[in-house]
Amino acid sequence: MLEVSIYRYNPEVDSEPYMQEFQFDTQGKDIMVLDVLEKLKTEDPTLVFRRSCREGVCGSDGVNISGKNGLACITPLSEAVKNNKLVIRPLPGLPVIRDLVIDMSQFYAQYEKIQPYLINNTPAPAIERLQSPEDRAKLDGLYECILCACCSTACPSFWWNPDKFIGPSGLLQAYRFLADTRDTGTEDRLAGLDDPFSVFRCHGIMNCVQVCPKGLNPTKAIGHIRSMLLASGT
Amino acid sequence: MVNSVTSLGRSGLSDWLVQRVSALVMTAYIFFMVGYFIINPSPSFEQWQALHGSLAMRIFSLLTILSIAAHAWIGMWCVLTDYITVRLIGPKATPIRMFLQLVMIALILFYVVWAIDILWGI
Repeated sequence: MLEVSIYRYNPEVDSEPYMQEFQFDTQGKDIMVLDVLEKLKTEDPTLVFRRSCREGVCGSDGVNISGKNGLACITPLSEAVKNNKLVIRPLPGLPVIRDLVIDMSQFYAQYEKIQPYLINNTPAPAIERLQSPEDRAKLDGLYECILCACCSTACPSFWWNPDKFIGPSGLLQAYRFLADTRDTGTEDRLAGLDDPFSVFRCHGIMNCVQVCPKGLNPTKAIGHIRSMLLASGT
Repeated sequence: MVNSVTSLGRSGLSDWLVQRVSALVMTAYIFFMVGYFIINPSPSFEQWQALHGSLAMRIFSLLTILSIAAHAWIGMWCVLTDYITVRLIGPKATPIRMFLQLVMIALILFYVVWAIDILWGI
């Protein structure tokens, strides 16, 4: 039997959070962590977590699995279980609403700051703004972000200053638009990032790269933003 | 854009650049001193005084001290704004942080002036 330990907190009932222990029979199968949560919820319907697509596309079920942030739906038990124990906690650093559900307002506020949309005030062409395959290729490794928040909530700089540091996810998206040849807002975007917090709170510890369930590299994108700031600011 | 008036350069890029350049200067000084002691393991008082009495060496030492000061300012400012925040320790954090920042800046300036006094007193 697999020992499962889950963070529980219902602010209407509990004075403080606690870990609830469950026993789970995997029947020898290497199932996903989300399957375990779903099964446990049938036994205890008060257990609350977010989920939607269950295939690593929507980014709803980001949780801390045995100490490492990840998506429950694409993390198999073979990766997550240590010493026959599975520990599931909410993503760290953001306020807990209930059980494994966190309040992501601060995460989205940072995302909003980087203006996550194409800025181009030139008249739109008849059909679409064309891009060469080479220019399009610059967006690979950037556009795939699903905003699950696994990276930002694994980042100590984001834990300490979630209201000031944009965080790896937001900065990956910031570079996605800085690198887009169709975007003409580069100068304004860079001007908004050149302060001691927004970008430069990144000290390059690369927790974000380690946990990204999509295999993206926010640290590299942050390095590119620094290079762009250096080129425009010196 | 997040404003901050107590960071060294008021700009993230400037602080970042100063931190890297100052690290290079400090590394160069360490290499120079280690090299000096490898070539001359036990310098006499006159040799030591002649080395530090030269203008070039005084400038090199002063540059290193200014680098340590800038590096420490930026580093300590980061530590204080990480941990002494309203988010972590409540509303009293702002006066405590400001006090610690002022103490840090005063100490750094004190050391810089003291170092200049020593260097030019040789």
